Amino acid sequence: MKWDEFFVTGEPMIYAAMVSIVLVSVAIVGSLTYFKKWGYLWRNWLTTVDHKKIGVMYIIAALLMLFRGGVDALLMRAQTAVPENGLLDGQHYNEIFTTHGIIMILFMAMPFIIGLMNVVIPLQIGARDVAFPRLNAVSFWLFFFGAMLLNLSFVIGGSPDAGWSAYFPLASTEFSPTVGNNYYSLSLQIAGIGTLMTGINFLVTILKMRAPGMTLMKMPMFTWSILITSVIIIFAFPVLTVALALMMLDRQFGTQFFAMQNGGMDMLWANLFWVWGHPEVYIVILPAFGIYSEIISTFARKNLYGYKSMVVSMVAISLLSFLVWVHHFYTMGHGVMVNSVFSITTMAIAVPTGVKIFNWLFTLRKGKISFTSPMLYALAFIPIFTIGGVTGVMLAMASADYQYHNTMFLVAHFHYVLIPGTVFAVIAGYHYWFPKVFGFRLNEKLAKWAFWFIAISFNVTFFPLFILGLNGMTRRMYTYSASTGYGPLNMLSMVGAVGLTIGFLLLVYNIYWSTRYAKRDTTGDPWDGRSLEWSTPSPVPEYNFAKTPVVTKLDAFWFSKKENTSLTEGEYEPIHMPNNNGQPFIMGVAFFFFGFFMVFSWWIPAIIAGLVVLGAMAYRTFEKDHGHHIPVDEIERTEKALRGEQS
Amino acid sequence: MKIDHAKPLEYSTEENRLKVLGFWIFLGAEIVLFSTLFAVYFTLVNRTGNGPAGSHIFELTPVMVETVVLLTSSFTIGLGIHAMRLGAKKAMMTFFGITLLLGAVFLGVEITEFVTYVHEGATIQTSAFLSSLFTLLGTHGAHVTFGLLWGSAILLQVKKRGFTPETANKSFIFSLYWHFLDVVWIFIFSFVYLKGMM
Repeated sequence: MKWDEFFVTGEPMIYAAMVSIVLVSVAIVGSLTYFKKWGYLWRNWLTTVDHKKIGVMYIIAALLMLFRGGVDALLMRAQTAVPENGLLDGQHYNEIFTTHGIIMILFMAMPFIIGLMNVVIPLQIGARDVAFPRLNAVSFWLFFFGAMLLNLSFVIGGSPDAGWSAYFPLASTEFSPTVGNNYYSLSLQIAGIGTLMTGINFLVTILKMRAPGMTLMKMPMFTWSILITSVIIIFAFPVLTVALALMMLDRQFGTQFFAMQNGGMDMLWANLFWVWGHPEVYIVILPAFGIYSEIISTFARKNLYGYKSMVVSMVAISLLSFLVWVHHFYTMGHGVMVNSVFSITTMAIAVPTGVKIFNWLFTLRKGKISFTSPMLYALAFIPIFTIGGVTGVMLAMASADYQYHNTMFLVAHFHYVLIPGTVFAVIAGYHYWFPKVFGFRLNEKLAKWAFWFIAISFNVTFFPLFILGLNGMTRRMYTYSASTGYGPLNMLSMVGAVGLTIGFLLLVYNIYWSTRYAKRDTTGDPWDGRSLEWSTPSPVPEYNFAKTPVVTKLDAFWFSKKENTSLTEGEYEPIHMPNNNGQPFIMGVAFFFFGFFMVFSWWIPAIIAGLVVLGAMAYRTFEKDHGHHIPVDEIERTEKALRGEQS
Repeated sequence: MKIDHAKPLEYSTEENRLKVLGFWIFLGAEIVLFSTLFAVYFTLVNRTGNGPAGSHIFELTPVMVETVVLLTSSFTIGLGIHAMRLGAKKAMMTFFGITLLLGAVFLGVEITEFVTYVHEGATIQTSAFLSSLFTLLGTHGAHVTFGLLWGSAILLQVKKRGFTPETANKSFIFSLYWHFLDVVWIFIFSFVYLKGMM
């Protein structure tokens, strides 16, 4: 292989990206060395097993990926803003919409949610950490290096270009000869293993580590949503594992699974992909429902309306999520009976979702609503998401879908569910729980400006796409002629995209501004919250709870404030905590190199990297690590300092 | 660490109980993984292209040997765990050793079987049916291989450290894994080989 095949060449924008990657790397390494922060980075972050720090790292990575995916989105909108645009060529456009999809779903939405659940779940259930802290670190590093591997494809070897759903035969070596789809199969595989481990970890954590007295029906709604999401992850992700493995075998080992001859079946890929892919949609939306439930109930100052029906509808959604995958390819011709069945199951999902919408509305009814920034996102979510839901029912009708299929109408629909659903939720959750982690609130004024920019621009960007789709503009079309008349609405959409960019930049600027100037919160409970995480001081000490809280009802912390009772009793006891360790990080690095060498089919280096992975596992099994105990006097000192008392 | 002496050693600490539950859930995910592979196999079983069908290449003798060996190994690891509960270190190590040995025999026969197929012109690249066959069997075989490495590592730890809550927990979890591989094999034996030879 020659060098000019190894690096992506011939695109000025990619040269610019290469230069910026090198410059940013040099800047990071240089400043870490100059400020002597390598030791700090290693001891406090890279080796950590603390669920709060792992959560923060997930969210930072997700924000970075949001910008990478956002740049892709801007480029797509810019390319289609005017007819016959020459900004990007067809191949480059294919790569950009593919990586936009992969990154936004798998490396932005998922890690943002997993980050929030890492930070919040142990605190909400009164636990000191997750069930398997070391495994949690392994999960994070597998996700992180999987994401890095995919991003590398941009400059080395070429990005995947067959869409985020990578349908065969398009994704086969015959039609996608670059290594791009090898990156797809391997990077998602590595990150996917991490996600599966997270699912197992949180299911055990929630089932087994709740505070005394917190029965399942006394859990906060966010915890419920993560419990159900974990179950979906455990049942859905192994299917992706198999699908990606078969893809790798087909592309790199000459098997015939999805081939056009020798008995292969290209539709098998579409089925496997969506058997995972549709539950995946609910993996990113159910936690969002959980976040909104927490926020709406907190800022309406009321308990959540219809708690039981909320739980039942989430369980119903999780079951139905596995029974609808065929609606992604009605047009592929499997007959009236099959299409009708999947049409009905798909429409059925609207019922439990509708129940949830009405529950939120009834929670708001007669509430004392305070319009904080998280609450604004929650309030905007309800009407916008409903538009997304209603267009979803339109798409669910198989016969009508022949008209909408693969048009911009579909693109508008899933952005209308994913952005107000998932993206608004994670931003709302991020504003809501930010003071818990860092000890100060983000500036409300800046946050509200960002909100209005994002909420209005979102509609300006995506509403025109409904009309464009109905007028016949197909998705993934890199350019069009002026005579189609698609120009003006696409231009309007571009204007919206610029507004969204401003909103997201404001969001990030707010971190900088608030870190410098925001007033520190000493109460630990800045929003007058309802669940256990607000009973801890902010920032939360390493051990979370000095004494284990005892829960007697839902919203126990809220009632303990109202009735002026204490959630804890007894004396401090030494607390057992896990030790930090560099093994998960090193295993992640080894996985990264393993994936990279596999992409290029360099077998010997890949085997060596694979042996390092096995070696890291062997190290783990032989290692003797019993963790450490935090003595009582240290707990007393920490608690006094955090509560602002003098010792 | 609180040790509850009323429970067997592998369940005696909170951490151990979490790990056993976590592993059961992991096995749930493994069931989904193998179910998907079986679904792929059943989808492609008649799509043989220009290659041979199952009935042309399957032979009963090696498959019977594999089945007997693996089923016996599941029995011996059960005896190993029973010995561990009784605190008989030497017996436990012997039974685990026999288990791993039987696992290695299984793997040897399977590899010979693969080599025979390839010599007969039935490679993983020949047809969609053979791709799915080799992938299903290979995934199971890779699990057995990993089990051999993992089991040996545990055996070494039991030898060095004796029965502690950690080593007992690891041995017990490993036995769950091994039984699981046996269950998968029963499905492979019935629905791939027996059905394929009919």
